[in-house]
Amino acid sequence: MDIIHQGLLDIVGEGHISNQQEELFIYSWDLGTTEPHRPDYVVSPRTPQEISRILELANRHRIPVIPLGGGLSLAGLAVPFRGGIIIDLKRMDTIIEVNEQARYAVMECGVSMGQLTSYLERKFPMLTHSEPGAPPTATVAGNAAIHGQGDLAHPYGFNSDMVNGLEVVLPTGEICRFGACSIGAQWFTQHPLPDVGLFLGWTGTTGIITKISLRLFPCKNIRGTAMFVVDNEDYVPDIYHRISRTQMAEDIIAFSQTIPPYASGLQHFTINLAADSEKELEFKKELIFDDALGEYIRRGDGGYLGFTYGLQHPQISKTADWRKGGGFEYVGGIMPVSCYPQCYRRGKEISDRHDIPYTVLGRCIGAAHAMMFSWTYAFNRADPESVRHAREAMHETDELALELGGAIWKPGLYGQRLVMSRLNPNTLNLMKKIKKLLDPNGIMNPGHWEES
Amino acid sequence: MGLSDFKYGDIIHRCFRCGYCKFPANWMDVNNCPAYARYRMETYSCGGRLWLTRAWLMNEIKWTDHLAHILYSCTACKNCELKCPMGFNVDILNMLRAAKGEMVEQGKIPVEARDFLQNIQIHGNPYGKPASRRGDWMGDTQMDKYEGQEYLYYVGCVGSYDTRAQEAAKKLGLLLKRFRVSFGVLGKDEKCDGNEVNNMGEEALFEMLAQDNIALFNRLGVKKIITLSPHSYNAFKNNYPSYGGNFEVIHYTQLLQRLFEGGDLNPAEKTEFRVTYHDPCFLGRWNAEYEAPRKVINSIPGATLVEMERNKENSLCCGGGGGNFCMDLLGGSPDSPARRRVREALETGADTLAVACPKCLTILEDAVKVESLDDKLMVKDIAEIAGEACGIV
Ligand SMILES: Cc1cc2nc3c(=O)[nH]c(=O)nc-3n(C[C@H](O)[C@H](O)[C@H](O)COP(=O)(O)OP(=O)(O)OC[C@H]3O[C@@H](n4cnc5c(N)ncnc54)[C@H](O)[C@@H]3O)c2cc1C
Repeated sequence: MDIIHQGLLDIVGEGHISNQQEELFIYSWDLGTTEPHRPDYVVSPRTPQEISRILELANRHRIPVIPLGGGLSLAGLAVPFRGGIIIDLKRMDTIIEVNEQARYAVMECGVSMGQLTSYLERKFPMLTHSEPGAPPTATVAGNAAIHGQGDLAHPYGFNSDMVNGLEVVLPTGEICRFGACSIGAQWFTQHPLPDVGLFLGWTGTTGIITKISLRLFPCKNIRGTAMFVVDNEDYVPDIYHRISRTQMAEDIIAFSQTIPPYASGLQHFTINLAADSEKELEFKKELIFDDALGEYIRRGDGGYLGFTYGLQHPQISKTADWRKGGGFEYVGGIMPVSCYPQCYRRGKEISDRHDIPYTVLGRCIGAAHAMMFSWTYAFNRADPESVRHAREAMHETDELALELGGAIWKPGLYGQRLVMSRLNPNTLNLMKKIKKLLDPNGIMNPGHWEES
Repeated sequence: MGLSDFKYGDIIHRCFRCGYCKFPANWMDVNNCPAYARYRMETYSCGGRLWLTRAWLMNEIKWTDHLAHILYSCTACKNCELKCPMGFNVDILNMLRAAKGEMVEQGKIPVEARDFLQNIQIHGNPYGKPASRRGDWMGDTQMDKYEGQEYLYYVGCVGSYDTRAQEAAKKLGLLLKRFRVSFGVLGKDEKCDGNEVNNMGEEALFEMLAQDNIALFNRLGVKKIITLSPHSYNAFKNNYPSYGGNFEVIHYTQLLQRLFEGGDLNPAEKTEFRVTYHDPCFLGRWNAEYEAPRKVINSIPGATLVEMERNKENSLCCGGGGGNFCMDLLGGSPDSPARRRVREALETGADTLAVACPKCLTILEDAVKVESLDDKLMVKDIAEIAGEACGIV
């Protein structure tokens, strides 16, 4: 047994380390179009102390370390491009505390979105969190680490805006805390203590989050989804603004897709509403559909399609089977909402060019401050040509997002390079200095945010 | 064999590995796949197994003991099929069974699986015990040989040989007698039902067992079968018809439900107890029978049924299916599904963990011992609980 294997075994114990071909194969793959790269080891630690020791060992041997949550980024963000040690964080899955009064939850980094949703539904039904449309295996920490957004994005913004505090193991092994918890207080606020931004959006290159405190929000008795439709994409920005102005919606999503055929060419909205009584619900519906959008309905340009009680957990994974092929990937652009029509039209063109059924979606973030616009490309994993088309479409879309004045959310390597080529040189320099300072041996998720 | 010859070669790539298959429906725990719960590596999840199978069939990885271990650690509990949102979900276990079948064809299966299958081939049971001792479970009680009675009481391998499960098998026999059910047993002429053999991919051996059993049952004029084990129930009900064996099959809890409907259970002494029920996969998820066992428990004077959070189609498998009650590929850790399950049972405040399957009975009782919960939690088969309620000691 080699010295690194022995060292890791001493740290995590039998059964929680592997360098066998099966684990190396599975952990080499992302679910999207990124080419696989084999790690040298896979470990699944249980404590921050174990992670700290793994990082010390990795520094001694100058071997890369890649933190992995649910592995659902689709953009290849946890693919071990230079081999090394994959740290599968999902065994660290304890929900440590829910503070009902101050409305936050503290949990270990491997807690999944599904686990948190279910825990709150069963034990704290008056509280909820901003759940992304990702499969329930996505981790809360992994999602915050890449600035994810969920179904409360409209009132409260990105999920990373909801972080109250973090425990992080630095690349050199020190365990640090940020936010009120760093002075031994409760985990109820991030401000005004040193910022956690150093660890959010850095694709695991600046440290490994081991605990996270996330803000929770009141969960009303009635939650459900109203649907609205228009046949002209040019109306969408105005509709976002009108709904947003009422401040009555929890989530506003506009989408259009080839499948099912009735949706093709139309712009559907799902608008999540929540209320403590039918009276409150009726009031909200009136404000949105009679007052804010009434003009569209009266003109015959828009239609209210009804309200469904209960929030459906979206099963977007089904998109992966559209080509009977087990794969899809999307570019998520953080775009000005005014760009919706161009995003839609240009995205459709890219899809058509690559013969992929088009699927686009824009989720309103904040009071129409931005939208996360996703261009989704399904592919057939068994057909290399279809994978190639999806990959090329992704690259074209990365360029489109920037061309239209947006930023690429969770960019893969291709997108990262595009971003860096346009980045303010002083900012880029600062990023390099920060990485060098925190990670002197360059062991953390190498390949990411590096110039080629 | 390459991917093109594999029966499911045209769909196996369709798994996206989104991971819904790891959860119960309410997402409360990512550990509802027993093998994933035990090992917590992606390879041991359902998606991991499908991707590895495809890679093996495409020669991207080679066969190893570890690969075989990963595939055979699947207990065929069916949680994945019921939770996967994709259109091909009905074929997930078929794909895994076919993959194991391919390993069988190549003679490359875990040594534990090889011993299991060889013992069945030679002795008719996975333990390698003599066929002549198959009737030992009856002890000194008198059970009539099957000679055209209304029901054949089919005990199965675990109830016949495992000393703990024998008690349940005996209790059920006595209970049937008490209720004057017309039944007979096969004793040493009984043979393995083959449910596990089938799920372990040994199609030829399963076919042989099915044909032998069907021939025997037909020769004896069997029309109706009561099974102790949900595994036998599943094989007789769902697989034997395709080999020409058409019998009216009933799991014993379904019969007890009918017998107890009159509510004339009069225990000598009524004791109060809190009981939680563990759904066996082959009765629950495989055959959607969730109510009969609960109705039986509820009809027992003094019993208060409390549910574990994961129940019915969201139940966590004990880890015994697919031959694992014998091969034990999922044992040896606090993360073993059986140990997780008894801790969950304890959380309900129950003093009794009721089961309706001899495999669950033996595995969960062992787990209670390893967890040192003997003084807090008793594992009992519903046949035993019902028997005691009827004063059968
Ligand atoms: C069908 C589908 C729908 C989706 N819908 C949404 C959506 O609505 N909203 C949304 O936000 N996302 C969505 N996503 C994208 C993605 O799945 C989520 O953002 C997910 O939450 C990412 O979390 P993860 O645990 O899978 O992260 P991973 O993919 O495991 O990791 C992401 C990155 O963060 C790093 N990382 C992970 N954990 C840590 C840690 N503890 N410390 C430091 N670095 C870490 C990794 O190295 C990697 O670089 C969707 C994905 C799919 C497949």
